[in-house]
Order: sequence, then C-alpha cells, then structure tokens
Amino acid sequence: MSILLDRDTRVIVQGITGRMARFHTKDMLEYGTNVVGGVVPGKGGQKVEGVPVFDTVKEAVTATGAEASLVFVPPPFAADSIMEAADGGIRYCVCITDGIPAGDMIRVKRYMMRYPKERRMVLTGPNCAGTISPGKALLGIMPGHIYLPGNVGIVGRSGTLGYEAAAQLKELGLGVSTSVGIGGDPINGSSFKDILERFENDADTDVVCMIGEIGGPQEAEAADYIRDHVTKPVVAYVAGLTAPKGRTMGHAGAIISAFGESASEKVEILENVGVTVAENPAVIGKTVAEVMGKAA
Amino acid sequence: MDVHEYQAKEILSGFGVEVPPGALAYSPEQAAYRARELGGDKWVVKAQVHAGGRGKAGGVKLCDSDDAIQEACEGMFGRKLVTHQTGPEGKGIYRVYVEAAVPIEREFYLGLVMDRSSQRVMIVASAEGGMEIEEISAEKPDSIVRSTVEPAVGLQDFQAREIAFELGIEPRLVSQVVRTLQGCYRAFSELDATMVEINPLVVTGDDRVIALDAKMTFDYNALFRHPQISELRDKSQEDPCESRAADRGLSYVGLDGNIGCIVNGAGLAMATMDTIMLAGGAPANFLDIGGGATPERVAKAFRLVMSDKNVQAVLVNIFAGINRCDWVAEGLVQALNEVQVDVPVIARLAGTNVEEGQRILSKSGLPIIRAGTLMEASERAVVAWQNDLTQATRMRAVK
Repeated sequence: MSILLDRDTRVIVQGITGRMARFHTKDMLEYGTNVVGGVVPGKGGQKVEGVPVFDTVKEAVTATGAEASLVFVPPPFAADSIMEAADGGIRYCVCITDGIPAGDMIRVKRYMMRYPKERRMVLTGPNCAGTISPGKALLGIMPGHIYLPGNVGIVGRSGTLGYEAAAQLKELGLGVSTSVGIGGDPINGSSFKDILERFENDADTDVVCMIGEIGGPQEAEAADYIRDHVTKPVVAYVAGLTAPKGRTMGHAGAIISAFGESASEKVEILENVGVTVAENPAVIGKTVAEVMGKAA
Repeated sequence: MDVHEYQAKEILSGFGVEVPPGALAYSPEQAAYRARELGGDKWVVKAQVHAGGRGKAGGVKLCDSDDAIQEACEGMFGRKLVTHQTGPEGKGIYRVYVEAAVPIEREFYLGLVMDRSSQRVMIVASAEGGMEIEEISAEKPDSIVRSTVEPAVGLQDFQAREIAFELGIEPRLVSQVVRTLQGCYRAFSELDATMVEINPLVVTGDDRVIALDAKMTFDYNALFRHPQISELRDKSQEDPCESRAADRGLSYVGLDGNIGCIVNGAGLAMATMDTIMLAGGAPANFLDIGGGATPERVAKAFRLVMSDKNVQAVLVNIFAGINRCDWVAEGLVQALNEVQVDVPVIARLAGTNVEEGQRILSKSGLPIIRAGTLMEASERAVVAWQNDLTQATRMRAVK
C-alpha cells in the first residue's frame, strides 16, 4: 500500500463538469484511477465520462463509498468545496485550483481542526499538480507516463519541476513510489514535513526526493524533522538561487520575506542535517541515483 | 497589491484607527492650499510612492510656511524617489499627501502579517517605533511582541491588552491601543489584506494614539470580492513590463541579466534561471507562461521578453505533459513567425512526444538552437549570448 492513495481508492471529482475537470477525469480513468463519481451542485443525475454526478459530497460518499476527492472548483468557491469534502467523510483531498485567497485557506485549515485526528481529512495543495502512485493511481493533472513505478518518494511545490525530476529518474531507470505536490501557495494543506513523515513510514519508499523553493518556513521545518526522525536518505533541490528578495516569483508563496527563506539559506539548512542537495535542477535524478548507490 | 499611504489611512480610519488630518495634492499650489485648509502652523509633506524608507530618501518634509510647502513639493513632483525598497530606478512621485504635524511623545511599531508557520494572522509590535522591522529584529529582537489570531473568533480584546501592556503603554491609553489593534485586524481580515503596517504608531503629547504612517498590501487572489480595493491600483508605481504581463495573465519579474526566459511553471522557471547562472550567464527575467503553452501565450511571452532592451538571447524551456511537445513546437514556430525576434533563440522541449517536437522545430527552417537537457540549454544560451554580435545566427523572422 503506497501513501495517500492506491489502486482501489475510490475517487470523486468536485467540479467534474468543467472543461479541464472532464479532460483530466478521462485521463485519470485511462490511467486506472478508480474514479467513481463527481460533485457539482445542481447537476446531480448527469454523467461525465460514464461516472455519475451528485449534488453534494455527502450524497456521493453515501452512494459510492468515495474516500478521496480531487477539487477542480474555481478560486472563489474552492475553499467551500474543500470544507464540504472534509465534512462529507472524504479521507484524502487534492486541490488543484490556483488562486484561492490566502484568508480562505486560513479558514479551511481552521475548519479541518474541528474533526478528531482519526477522522480528519488530509489535504494536499492547493495550487498543485496532484498525487500519483505510478502503476496504481493518479489523482491530479500530471502526465502519468513520465513516472516509472519504483521506490523513490517525491514531494515538491512545483508541478513542472516535479515532472522534470520524475523524467530524469525514468531516464536512469529509477521509479517512484508516490509523488506528492504540496503546491505553491503560502497557506497549504500539507507541508514537506507532513509528507516526509508518511514516506518515512512507507515500506514502498527507500529514498525521498524533496523539491523546494524560496519563501516560507516549510523547508526549514522539514530539516528539523529530518534531523530528528527520518532514517531514509533525503535528496533535495531548492529553486530560486537567482530570485531577488521581496518579489513574488509566480507561485503566491514564492517570495523571500524573512531570514532563512532564500534558496541558499535553505540549501545550507538542509545540508546541515545531512540532506544531499542537488546543485542544479539538471542533476536531481543523477543525485538520487548516486545516493541510492547505483551507477548513474 | 500595494496602495498608497493616504489610501491605507483612509481605509484604516474607516475601521476606527485614528490618523492625523490630511489632504491629497497633485501640484505644489494645491498642496499649499490644502495646508491652509487643514489649518495649524506646521505640516508634513509626504511623497506618495509604493515603497518604504521615504523619510531617509527625502520624500517626507516638515514645513512651516506656504513657501516651504511649495519648495518641498517642487523637489518631489515629477521626480523619482529612490529608497532602499525601490531599486536604483526609483518610483515616480505624482501625488503628495499633506498632513498637520503631530507632537510626538513616543513611537511604536505595529504590523499584521500572514504568518506561514502558524498559518494564521500574526500581530507584531515593538516599542522601538520608527525603525524598520528588519532593523528592529536584527538590533532589538527582545523588544518584539508577537501574538497570533485564532481565525474562528478573531482578535480578542485581552490579546490586544496584553500587547499594549507589554509595549509599556500607560494604562489610561490602553483602550485606544486596543481600538487601533481591533481596527487593523478587522481591516486585514474583512478586506483580505496580506500586510498592515503602522510605523510609527505614536502617542501624542495630548494623550492620543495615532497612526502616523500606514502601509497595506492586499491579496491579489481576493480582489475579485473587493472591487473598491482593486480600483486603488496605481500603475505609475509598477514596472511597465510587469504591469503589461499581469494584464495578459502572465507572471513576469524583470531582472538585470541578458538572457530572457520563457518557461511553463513557476518552479521550473526559477530552476531555469538558476541553471543559467550556473552556466555563467544572468537571467533577464522570471516568466511563467502557465501550464498550457498555447501558441498565443508563447507569442505574448516573446513580445514581452523582447520589450526588454537588455535581452540578447532567449531561452525557451517547456516541459510538455498533457500538452504534447509537437503541439508546443508548432506554437513556438507560429509565435516566431509572428513576433520579430532578432536575438538567438534556444529551445529545450521535454516530456510527451519530444522527438516529434524536435522534428517540427528543425523542419521549420528557423534558426532555433535546440537543446536536450536543461543544463545544455543554459550553456548554449550563455554561449549564444556571448557570441551574439559576432558569430551566432541572427534571426529575422518578420511577420
């Protein structure tokens, strides 16, 4: 069993009738993901790509036994949809939506705390590419064929930079246990630390590849966690060495506003706890291979 | 999105924060007239630019006569104010704010930020007012008081009182500080701000608590529900290239180098810039054209990057996943036939159908320098930039 999702995980898509959601629902079904339904208020009874649409998450969960959800809802309504999933009994939610107000995400995080830990939904994203356990299931928008099944766990903020890493690994014959996008927003569902904890306890993962960037404290928090709790080797890359201070670099969260938030400071913090840092993005795969003791 | 000091003060005043009486002026004469309207015998003339550090840069002048106001204004209007936050190019002064001078007894720092560790709004305060928060945290870290706000119930009065007492505010003034803090928090959360800063917050000789300066930044992603805030956008304070990019849905940040970058995805865009630096060059910009690299977006991106006169080579790095490389390559060829690009173009495509993409690029007859890996692309871009004027193929792709 891989982390977060598996071949049998029953998935619903919130906002399934939108153009992008339809496209990716089809793609996920072709990959083998067990998509069992969708939710769009007022469109219950319709079908998209052969799966039934429901008006509410609760109805969808009752009818299909859904455990995971993919949120494709536009930014003004996305926070509401995530909270509906949390309340509707969804165990794992991925939110793809880019552009959710940070204040809404603060409320979402607070709302999720009302459930006891054993019933609390796990959220990854927003503003991410999703999660994939290659050969098993894909919950997101990534191109599935660039990932080989294997035992490298990937966790990163960026979509395309994560693809770059997976493609480099594939080129070297290395596969991925699970790749998790935690997204580029300042307030996100799961942090690097949260996902590292899962990889540390995952029998299918031997080495973790962590792809960070400028801005925020989550790489430094991950470093503390790695020092105290992670026994598996960790390889990292941190994007944004050339990024100027105080400017937002695309992702709402990619802005250096405090000490320890620049790429060079994060690299130093990670190296100090024994993480092997790839010096440039072109050698992420090679560095993982070296750490795994295989000839590159 | 940033707003001017006078706008922030107007907003905060609506939430119960006390500010000095003031008025906006667009000319020296108007400034002098506004001062007479305000009354009194001492005024402060403040350049309205989207940057901190105005005082040290000469953007804030204390005046005691009509003539002094006119003179102060003549040194401001139409000039660029260069502060440590504006960069060397400075920001244009087109408005000044005239305020009645306030007799200051004590100065405090007050800030509200989105704290990414606790994922809540955090109040930061210090009795060392007038200094920048960076200076305070470097020199007087122990003077900083912090408190986070529970989002479900908002800021509680006891928290505001705790902050006031820790700052050493006299008990008779505590309720005014509580009102100020509550006003700032309500403005922050109701208007989706990402930062509110009052520096300094002052106690006056006549026992009033007043925001002498104010700065607010708003969440771009929430402007859809605050049209009255989005109307405050002042394009004269933005970099023209960045404004143009934002209006076209592209994410662009101008930098000092010579190699233009066109990339899909923010992380990959930063990684591309880093690789250019490691190869010995310097990126001219950050540019994320988004997930779907449509021909229209690629063409827009080329127009934008080429509007920077320092650009001497352009590196295109697209990881095509769902949108295949052949489709991206066709878009690239179409864009280069539409936009005049007279510097070397280096293209690196990766992902789905990469061979077909490469075939389309080579068949196009355009002198695109192709590269397989990110490192190779960066090295070729640096070489092309260095050889640009002498050896490299010049491109004249005219519509």
